[in-house]
Amino acid sequence: MEGNIGELGQYIGVGLTAIGMGGAAIGVGNVAGNFLAGALRNPSAAAGQTATLFIGMAFAEALGIFSFLVALLLMFAV
Amino acid sequence: MATEAGGLEFHPMDQFIVKPLFGGGDVSFYTVTNVTLWLFLIIVATAALLVLGTRGRAMVPNRSQSVAELAYGLVHKMVEDIAGKDGLKYFPYIMTLFMFIVFANLLGLLPKAFTVTSHIAVTGVLAFSVFFTVTAIGFIKNGAHFLDLFWVRSAPLAIRPVLAVIEVISYFVRPVSHSIRLAGNMIAGHAVIKVFAGFAAIAAVAPISIVAVVGMYAFELLVAFIQAYVFTILTCVYLKDALHPSH
Repeated sequence: MEGNIGELGQYIGVGLTAIGMGGAAIGVGNVAGNFLAGALRNPSAAAGQTATLFIGMAFAEALGIFSFLVALLLMFAV
Repeated sequence: MATEAGGLEFHPMDQFIVKPLFGGGDVSFYTVTNVTLWLFLIIVATAALLVLGTRGRAMVPNRSQSVAELAYGLVHKMVEDIAGKDGLKYFPYIMTLFMFIVFANLLGLLPKAFTVTSHIAVTGVLAFSVFFTVTAIGFIKNGAHFLDLFWVRSAPLAIRPVLAVIEVISYFVRPVSHSIRLAGNMIAGHAVIKVFAGFAAIAAVAPISIVAVVGMYAFELLVAFIQAYVFTILTCVYLKDALHPSH
């Protein structure tokens, strides 16, 4: 356990990838919040846009998942 | 995996280990493992719902027939709305994907079950088969015009090469994000449930832990369905891009 600075950096890097989760949270929150704001102004048009909502959420979420991928690569592939 | 479980009775990631179903030993490509068992159960469940459920062909459907019709209607409407009328030719493939993923996610939530979709090997095969199928459809249907997808004609000429590079990168990242989204959501959700369950052994926090497990489980039921829905809807979006590549 002592003296292995490479492993130390690896684990710190894995921890740092959790910051990416915050970015994805902001993105998904923006999508959902703006959808709700729009839906409350014009509820009759909201039902037709749920597919767009999910697509937008999926794209926003994808970038957060890339940080998860980086964490996995650091943990198991490096 | 870490050898020390950090005070927990079990490691939260232990549930994702692929092990042989009968006896010990190594896992080779022909070994019957827990993955094989749950893949089989998914197919049985899908067949039970769609084949046995609709066998009566009743005018007033019973419960299982209603669920089967609901799933069929949901996917059919999704393909028609997003990919268009000419996308309906590929409806059977998309319906198969949806039923497989939704049952894999839901059966994986049973206690002691193995979540097949938590492995990137499984979701990667699904995502890359979608990617190759859709690219092949795009080139067969549109020929060289399929490359219009990367050459954005509505943008000014000066920034089109830059956009082309971005579009090409985002096109090839699709199968990666497509597969890891599903696997990542499944791994994360199941690991969180197990982490909370591990705290139930400590008497002081046991009530909070049990409430948290129940809450997370309900949330995971929602996520299981939504991730199947998202995977299917993105397949439809990719199919639409292949059928109508001009922006």
